[in-house]
Amino acid sequence: MVFDKEVAGRLEDKANALRKNVVMSVGVNYPGHIGGSFSAADIMAALYFHKMKHDPKNRYMPDRDRLVLSKGHIAILQYAALAEAGYFPMEDLAKTKQLSSFLQGHPDLIKSGEYGVEAGTGSLGQGLSIGVGMAYGLRMDGIFCKVYVILGDGELAEGQVWEAAMAANTFGLDNLVAIVDKNDKQAQGAVKDRFDLGGIPEKWKAFGWHVIEINGHDMADVLKGLYGADKFKGKGLDIAEAHPAGMHNASLTKEQYDQAMATFGGRA
Amino acid sequence: MSLTNQRVTYGQALIDLGRENNDIVVLDADLGSSTMGRMFENEFPKRHIEVGIAEANMTSIGAGLALVGKVPFVNSFAVFASGRAFDQIRQSIAIGNVNVKIVGSSAGLSDFGDGATHQSVEDIAIMRSLPNITVLSPCDPNEAYQATIAAAKHKGPVYLRINRIDCPNVTKVDAPFVIGQPVVMKEGSDVAVLATGYMVRLALEAAQSLEGKVSVKVVNMHTIKPLCREKLLAAIGGCKAVVTAEEHSVIGGLGSAVAEALRSSPLPMEFVGINDVFGRSAHNYAELLEYFGLTSGSIEQAVLKLKA
Repeated sequence: MVFDKEVAGRLEDKANALRKNVVMSVGVNYPGHIGGSFSAADIMAALYFHKMKHDPKNRYMPDRDRLVLSKGHIAILQYAALAEAGYFPMEDLAKTKQLSSFLQGHPDLIKSGEYGVEAGTGSLGQGLSIGVGMAYGLRMDGIFCKVYVILGDGELAEGQVWEAAMAANTFGLDNLVAIVDKNDKQAQGAVKDRFDLGGIPEKWKAFGWHVIEINGHDMADVLKGLYGADKFKGKGLDIAEAHPAGMHNASLTKEQYDQAMATFGGRA
Repeated sequence: MSLTNQRVTYGQALIDLGRENNDIVVLDADLGSSTMGRMFENEFPKRHIEVGIAEANMTSIGAGLALVGKVPFVNSFAVFASGRAFDQIRQSIAIGNVNVKIVGSSAGLSDFGDGATHQSVEDIAIMRSLPNITVLSPCDPNEAYQATIAAAKHKGPVYLRINRIDCPNVTKVDAPFVIGQPVVMKEGSDVAVLATGYMVRLALEAAQSLEGKVSVKVVNMHTIKPLCREKLLAAIGGCKAVVTAEEHSVIGGLGSAVAEALRSSPLPMEFVGINDVFGRSAHNYAELLEYFGLTSGSIEQAVLKLKA
């Protein structure tokens, strides 16, 4: 494996930094998608700070790896990573969703494209199709890089996800990796109570995908999954089993804010 | 007069574009032999993508292709291209001003046999309601070719409306096509008929029939959006009244767009279009146009009403 304990430890720190950045961007007494962001923080850290080839100083290099955030409501987590990686100043995070800010409630190409956002998402279910188009086009050009798409588990109820899953299989896109953040939560409650999706790995396997199941909060496992996906000829899929995060779109009190900032490393 | 077909000249334009630009890609959802995406597929099989019967998926895939530098033409019947994939167009394409060309084939009533489910009376209305999208509605096969070339050269999303009927040309094969520029097809000084798509030919017939009674100007509105008030007023010139003619609902189509652009102008207006009903099956196109009042006779009546 191309990583060791030290790498995993460094990425765990990055994941906590991202969580802290998320808290900072949400601020006090204003709603933000904190739960879904926290559940994907480890994999986001592993992608942006180890696995993905990208360069904030060469934003548009043709063979960069792409990240499409199909669960666009956790834009704040992607912004947290982009700021941490140096695409824009950290101070901008606190202005997220303000009228003057380029950081919109969901990833926006026109306003944030130059700062690392690769696709406009927010209407759930469309990101994997966009990823299919990217992966197909890059393969046409003989550009060898990966396209990662992060989906929510509740999002899998959107039929278009399965249209895209079929298409990826039909087209044999081995440069496409879908990551399902299985945090068992959707806006109105537990996924299994609201709209039980049944066996997620079995469904993807039936659609012709290679499936790797990982604990999304175990960095060694996350890295094993991401590098494992590289080895497949054919599509890769990671299912990040995350701990239930508790809140979909919630606001923090001042006490919760301070506590969170302290937990994730303190510089307020 | 020889008959040609917008679908065929569209397909030919795709091939010509494909020859000069490797980034042109064409997508179909199992309708390629009708949209004429098949013509491109035969020429450039590696740059044609068959996505199966999945228009929503196709449209978002188009967005992804554009985001890595391709110039995708996404084909389906107008009713599915604009309706079924509306949210994908809105979210994945229009908001981000992504360079995807959405081609609504078999538009209007031109798929006469298939009935209301396959006939688009609302595609112009819903497409032009989206910011960033350019809406083109060529009047004949020659112009469909030119509009396709112009769409490819335009940076940003375009909705291109294509009729499926064999018909004669009313424009010259090399007539210049400038997006947003109304084209005066026949001069006149009393009433201006602003027509789009197939109705341009019928407007010219109406003008000819009224010769000696009313001086009718005919303006070809191949671009529904953007629609510039100054260019429109310049095209109308000294005419004292305006008739719009379209193979589309009178709600939200060309007539509405013209009325919006001419707001607060003193020019009286009449609309020739489909009066807020869905289409229906018929054995031929002419019969259906007649049934919905999309005829040169209807245009003449509208002109005479304004002239009276």
